[in-house]
Amino acid sequence: MAAGRPVQVYLDLLSQPCRAVYILLTCTKIPHKVHAVALRKGEHRTPEFTNMNLMQKVPVLVDSGFILTESDAILKYLATQYDVPEHWYPRQPQQRARVDEYTAWHHTNTRAHAAKVFILEVALNNALSNLKNTLDKLETMFLRRQPFLCGDDITVADLLAICELMQPLGAGRDILKDHPQLQRWRSRVQSAVGKSFDEAHAVLYLNIIHPPTLKNQLGSNPVGNL
Amino acid sequence: MVVYLDLLSQPCRAVYILLTCTKIPHKVHAVALRKGEHRTPEFTNMNLMQKVPVLVDSGFILTESDAILKYLATQYDVPEHWYPRQPQQRARVDEYTAWHHTNTRAHAAKVFILEVLLPRHMGSAVDKVALNNALSNLKNTLDKLETMFLRRQPFLCGDDITVADLLAICELMQPLGAGRDILKDHPQLQRWRSRVQSAVGKSFDEAHAVLYALRDRRQAKM
Repeated sequence: MAAGRPVQVYLDLLSQPCRAVYILLTCTKIPHKVHAVALRKGEHRTPEFTNMNLMQKVPVLVDSGFILTESDAILKYLATQYDVPEHWYPRQPQQRARVDEYTAWHHTNTRAHAAKVFILEVALNNALSNLKNTLDKLETMFLRRQPFLCGDDITVADLLAICELMQPLGAGRDILKDHPQLQRWRSRVQSAVGKSFDEAHAVLYLNIIHPPTLKNQLGSNPVGNL
Repeated sequence: MVVYLDLLSQPCRAVYILLTCTKIPHKVHAVALRKGEHRTPEFTNMNLMQKVPVLVDSGFILTESDAILKYLATQYDVPEHWYPRQPQQRARVDEYTAWHHTNTRAHAAKVFILEVLLPRHMGSAVDKVALNNALSNLKNTLDKLETMFLRRQPFLCGDDITVADLLAICELMQPLGAGRDILKDHPQLQRWRSRVQSAVGKSFDEAHAVLYALRDRRQAKM
């Protein structure tokens, strides 16, 4: 079945479906050549790549002029066209149907939900990085050696700031954990406003996603009754 | 061989059309999703996923319309064009059916959900902003269907009709339930739709009778 040129594949190993194709090719030793495509550098949007694949996606297979997209189809084509152990894509109709059943369900279940977590984690890391910059600036540009953000006394500025910085607590994250200077400022604000602080935050405390984690994080901080 | 179908469901219609126009002997058990019949203990016993379509072939239970259509085309004596055996032709069909899930199905179904299912379920007006977004995404999908799959071919994957055309056409018909013909401004796709209808004959309108009835009831109210 296999003849002539090794099959060409265009892959970015940061992409889940690309890795599946890569693993099948390498462990079954199908002769192939990998062209690396870096999605993060936009290499899938170049005119050359688009010429070959209008969808501008990876993986792509090119087998002596036959161009194929969709990892589903690529894996099944490779298992059919090349000399691989039959278990990869059984020929018996009911066994094969089981594989087709999973690969259909996969798109809107496993792929959708696991990919989403990765995307959100990357986004969260970016957001935390930006937040750290902001906290550093709060300390060095506003707080400096003062008790409060704008001077010796509490102002409405401190109220606006503290309420924002408390919000991630609703998801169990104390963003001031590594910022002792801001923690001391937070305590001063709480003292200055008294019980209205916990009254205001009661709903947020109720919506906490990870209570045990939160209790550990706030062990040394008197943030009221949880 | 038994199939559990709700003809208001797009993938169910695709299975129904293949069964009827290839005359594979079968029995249809109707399942009314709107009455929750997919959540009964009996149905759940057979299919934990609580979805339709389901095929039961002498004890072999199979879900997912993709897999069902391909299994039927393989296991039964149907004309080979439905799911070609030649690896590259077959790969073209697999390529479309993979792409279908997060493109044609996702975007066409969304329009129907926003115009019919959600308002009916919540007793609310149509969310116009969400609907406009959905229509915009759908338009992108229709453009891709024309430029990447159909191109100058009579059918999505080549010269003959395949199971890919059945899956696609049933999704693209769904918004008709709200009186909306999404192929109105796509003459190339309209011509393809006509070819599909000719190829499958009366099973097309039989499969879509429930959808037409829904459309007619809604139009009568207006």
